[in-house]
Amino acid sequence: MAEKVLMKGNEALAEAAIQAGCHHFFGYPITPQTELAAYMAKRMPKIGGTYLQAESEIAAVNMVLGAAAAGVRAMTSSSSPGISLKGEGISYMAGSDLPALIINVQRGGPGLGGIQPSQSDYWQATKALGHGDFQILVFAPSTVQEMVDLVSDAFDKADEYRMPAMILADGMLGQMMEPVELPEHKDRKLPEKPWAACGHENKREHNIINSLYLTPNALEDLVRARYERYKIVEEKEQRAEEYRTEDADVIVVAYGASSRVARSAVNKAREAGKKVGLIRPITLWPFPKDAIKRAADHAKELLVVEMSMGQMVDDVRLAAECRVPVHFYGRTGGVIPTPKEILGEIDKLLK
Amino acid sequence: MARIIVDEKVCKGCSMCIHACPKKIIALAKDRLNAKGYHPAELTDEAACVGCAACATMCPDSAITVER
Amino acid sequence: MAVVFKKPSTLTDAPLHYCPGCTHGIIHRLVAEAIEELGIDGKTVGVASVGCSVMCYDYFTCDMVQAPHGRAQAVATGIKRARPEDVVFTYQGDGDLAAIGTAETVHAATRGENITVIFVNNAIYGMTGGQMAPTSLPNQVTQTTPYGRDVNTAGYPVRICEMLSTLDGVALAQRVTVDNVKNVNIAKKAIKKAFQNQIEGKGYSIVEVLSTCPTNWGMSPVEALDWLEKNMVPYYPLGVYKDGTKGDRLK
Repeated sequence: MAEKVLMKGNEALAEAAIQAGCHHFFGYPITPQTELAAYMAKRMPKIGGTYLQAESEIAAVNMVLGAAAAGVRAMTSSSSPGISLKGEGISYMAGSDLPALIINVQRGGPGLGGIQPSQSDYWQATKALGHGDFQILVFAPSTVQEMVDLVSDAFDKADEYRMPAMILADGMLGQMMEPVELPEHKDRKLPEKPWAACGHENKREHNIINSLYLTPNALEDLVRARYERYKIVEEKEQRAEEYRTEDADVIVVAYGASSRVARSAVNKAREAGKKVGLIRPITLWPFPKDAIKRAADHAKELLVVEMSMGQMVDDVRLAAECRVPVHFYGRTGGVIPTPKEILGEIDKLLK
Repeated sequence: MARIIVDEKVCKGCSMCIHACPKKIIALAKDRLNAKGYHPAELTDEAACVGCAACATMCPDSAITVER
Repeated sequence: MAVVFKKPSTLTDAPLHYCPGCTHGIIHRLVAEAIEELGIDGKTVGVASVGCSVMCYDYFTCDMVQAPHGRAQAVATGIKRARPEDVVFTYQGDGDLAAIGTAETVHAATRGENITVIFVNNAIYGMTGGQMAPTSLPNQVTQTTPYGRDVNTAGYPVRICEMLSTLDGVALAQRVTVDNVKNVNIAKKAIKKAFQNQIEGKGYSIVEVLSTCPTNWGMSPVEALDWLEKNMVPYYPLGVYKDGTKGDRLK
């Protein structure tokens, strides 16, 4: 077992990626993710890897596209406004079936917004990262340790399903320090990528990494085949933590930073004898519909808490299928809700 | 002794080989069309061909093989 | 009789989709010949850009990646950094390289990215049907400059080789054309050198090839060759703008 070390979230994300076999990082500075890039700049030269500060987020994500096409594990990281710029490259990677990791340490928006933690990029991450019919894997850690673990899983799943993956963190998780255990992957074998464009050595037909299909039927067939794969992902990869939900009348649904606050509120409610639980989605796509459905079967009320004006709440409502009332409480612009505020909302529902 | 062989199925009849030929012995075959609907280029006087490959150098479709 | 000229083995059997007389085909052949003569097909990765030449991934026998519009050199950077032993080239038109991809171009060049860039300048947007390019000439009539390019409102054409030659990351910046046999042979040497430079680790090499677009210029292929010589070459002088190794001016 590796020993525990105290690490800042952004740095832990970076080290976890290196441990997961990612030796190619392409970035561009933006608050509040910059420590991640700075950490990579320090570490990559020492392991013979690539740290490259690109001229823009657009260039960075396309360098990731190139490295991924060449068959290596590659990643980029940014924060909300920068992720908007990366949308183009992510759409092309999805359209070319390329695995890669994109990290979004969210801040307030829209526009330049602010630099404080936010969760207002949920829609962007899960539904509208770029043009076209596609999905990417979206993981939502809530602790520094979980960021480490999910970075590794995200790379593995991206390779397994040949699709981009995202860690949707936020400024609070990126900036906070917690003790973490970095898993050792000394014997880790990375998957073979016979489809990669890395020189055919005159041993095979040439590989083409491409997203252009001018015949409508060919494009439709390809997108349908991709959606068959997405169906398998939705069946097999949903993840959520269910906390004190068994007998709960009110179940709070929250992910990432806001789930930490929600957990405190649930604990306080339980101390006061109130039957309250928490569902914490860990994958945002695929959305853990099954956990929400189970909750809808026995809870009386669902309360979605987000650091946004209400985005994930849409998916909770869809999953709950009107079998239980779904309420929303959110703070936005970089404001973090307090346990007391959430408790107040819970009490309103218990009345 | 030299000659050119035109791959008629890929020729688009652009005439750049005709323009490039120093001997002026290439013409479009007006008596036939290829599957793309173009009159392909053809050598009109094999005896005069010197195999300089000017035609092939200017051919955008790599349709011309030169023998000498 | 022996074969003295034939299609290079590094082009696939796929027939080119280009319009009759489009000189993209000549430039494709020159790139393929360079790859064949250097014996690097098995370790070359090409990057196709957006525009008429996007489908060049079907024509070269080496591994190919199709990049988003303008991003070819960022994609090439990613490939080259991941596989430094590979030979990586981009094939880009003027819209891709000199408009939407200007930032990627300038920064790949200034980083001295050890890649080969083939820049096809035909002074117009071909694939979308003949709109103004960053390299369209003053007074040139296009679909989006129907009264001719007015430099007071649409600005002046971009001279890429001159611009990039000031950057220290550049090893080779050369402008050539393919309007006649002599110039095709010069272009071939330049393209081969741009690949050779990469093999020798000299840095960023760009060959700008003045090219025709008979369809969108509205003339026959042979007339287009003449128009190129009389109109493009005076604005875009042929020649070598930088030839050395990255960083050599700092020594």
